[in-house]
Amino acid sequence: MSVLVYAENWEGKFRKSTFEVVSYASQLAKSINSEVHAITFGNILEEELIKIGDYGAVKVYNYNKINKSNNQAIAKIFTEYQNFSVFIFSNSFASRSITPILSIKIGSSYVSNVVSLLDFNNKTVRKQSFSSKAFELVKINTEKVILSISSNAFGLIENKVNCNIELLDTELIGNLNIESQEKSRGKISLSEADIIVSAGRGMKGPENWHLIESLASEIGAATACSKPVSDSGWRPHSEHVGQTGKAVSPNLYIAIGISGAIQHLAGVNSSKVMVVINTDPDAPFFKAADYGIIGDAFEVVPKLIEAIKNFKN
Amino acid sequence: MNILVCISSVPDTTSKINFKNNNQEFDDNGVQFVINPYDEFGLTKSVMLKQELGAKVTVLSVGGPTFEPILRKALAIGADEAVRINMKPLDSFVVANEVSNYIKDNEFDLIICGRESIDYNGGAVPGMVSELLSMPFVNACIGLAVEGSKVILLREIDGGKETVSVNFPAIIAGQKGLVEESELLIPNMRGIMQSRSKPLSVLEPSNQEIRTNSLSFSLPDKKQDCTMIDKNNVEDLVNLLHNEAKVI
Ligand SMILES: Cc1cc2nc3c(=O)[nH]c(=O)nc-3n(C[C@H](O)[C@H](O)[C@H](O)COP(=O)(O)OP(=O)(O)OC[C@H]3O[C@@H](n4cnc5c(N)ncnc54)[C@H](O)[C@@H]3O)c2cc1C
Ligand SMILES: Nc1ncnc2c1ncn2[C@@H]1O[C@H](COP(=O)(O)O)[C@@H](O)[C@H]1O
Repeated sequence: MSVLVYAENWEGKFRKSTFEVVSYASQLAKSINSEVHAITFGNILEEELIKIGDYGAVKVYNYNKINKSNNQAIAKIFTEYQNFSVFIFSNSFASRSITPILSIKIGSSYVSNVVSLLDFNNKTVRKQSFSSKAFELVKINTEKVILSISSNAFGLIENKVNCNIELLDTELIGNLNIESQEKSRGKISLSEADIIVSAGRGMKGPENWHLIESLASEIGAATACSKPVSDSGWRPHSEHVGQTGKAVSPNLYIAIGISGAIQHLAGVNSSKVMVVINTDPDAPFFKAADYGIIGDAFEVVPKLIEAIKNFKN
Repeated sequence: MNILVCISSVPDTTSKINFKNNNQEFDDNGVQFVINPYDEFGLTKSVMLKQELGAKVTVLSVGGPTFEPILRKALAIGADEAVRINMKPLDSFVVANEVSNYIKDNEFDLIICGRESIDYNGGAVPGMVSELLSMPFVNACIGLAVEGSKVILLREIDGGKETVSVNFPAIIAGQKGLVEESELLIPNMRGIMQSRSKPLSVLEPSNQEIRTNSLSFSLPDKKQDCTMIDKNNVEDLVNLLHNEAKVI
């Protein structure tokens, strides 16, 4: 009953979410005295590959000729690992394009948005449901199981071991033609971010977002927005968080000029700490927040940027 | 072209979430049900494709009689035919099986689902169906165009966008961007009148296994009260975030 983890990389580099799922897999394996192996796709330097070992995986299989966008081909590769019974993925778009396909191929259960370790005795696991408004305890009825782990639900657990690398040059073309990619460069991705600075209609217009961006860069955060902000084209759709946008769970979520509608909260209320800046003392967001400032964003945000600069010195 | 849109019925996004029977079941008392928001984008897109290219649009739900209002609504928005498979959607696998059995018996070129249902948040049905039917699957689509026997899709990936193309028949999971929010169709009087005479058939399920059971639910812990900080002392916030919350 070994644990196999998908170690996703982005142009040859692993990100925090990968190390997080490897950490999760190692914790699981430890609970059943077993070991963790990892699979990754594309060209990756050896010095990067062995980092997987820092979080407890003893072996990594690197398929350098398979395009990680080809979800069906990747699912097929995983089926070659029949002696594994637990498969761990992140909650990324790429992972979630593979997991349901794989579950049919290997006859397993599939649980997404997982927030607890798998309980091997009871075969249960906890997941987020109702858009983070609730948790659900799920019972697994099959021998094999695939889990997608909610980001930031576990954090990193270092556990250095020697990681053996096995290079495989299998070629497989899937049933998708990948035409082109457009990357949003140089930005921290929302699903990965430890800190998110998010803003709403209270910012009045896109021309004022430089305030949000300076605060974000000062504090090392990703930027997000409420739905009406992306609907009006002030910000790209990929920044929209909430029940119908992205669900995020950073350590710190700073909401500026966002009223805190239930649909917005649904996507952000699993953040560890929430700060709200709003002119309206009755804004519903204050009920969900840990720290609040009643005030005008155009006054408070510049002061906050200053305060963070001073703090860093 | 034949298009199938799979829609699920979910609690309205403003619903307070509560549970009953020892927290084993969702309490639907007083809850309004709506078309899953991610599915609405696909539904509107399919009606647009029908207008552009002359497609037939079928909507499908796996659910009990309480699913019928959303199917009627989809007909009023412009779908031609609705099908309900009469069964409680107990897990994604059982739903995926029913959906794929229906597709096997009826030919479709394009199957449009939503990225995730906002109640159980599985994000599983469309991918499972694709594998059960050996069709290509494209997740998180934010753009779709038909070109001959191919469909070109723009999909969201982590940290960007990607254009992919697949041959028909294919199955996709959509979200905002497939159409814009402002383009979402809502039923008008004429649509509502017409929907009454459109077919809504009910089929019996083929009784498949389920792979997961929902045992119980819980609500997140109540938050502590919000600590208020004076807008003239924002450095206090920075200190609290560092010393108390330990997040910076
Ligand atoms: C089906 C459905 C799904 C939805 N899904 C989502 C979703 O996923 N995500 C989402 O965000 N919303 C969603 N919504 C919309 C949601 O209901 C709210 O309308 C939306 O979140 C409000 O955005 P906002 O807070 O930016 O704007 P508003 O509600 O207009 O709030 C602006 C806030 O800014 C404050 N403000 C104004 N000026 C200033 C200033 N100078 N400084 C500081 N504060 C100021 C105001 O006091 C107010 O609280 C959904 C709605 C529906 C019906
Ligand atoms: N009971 C259902 N009936 C029809 N389609 C469904 C049902 N449940 C889920 N779907 C489809 O599958 C998508 C993803 O749902 P899920 O896998 O439940 O998160 C939804 O957006 C729907 O398009």
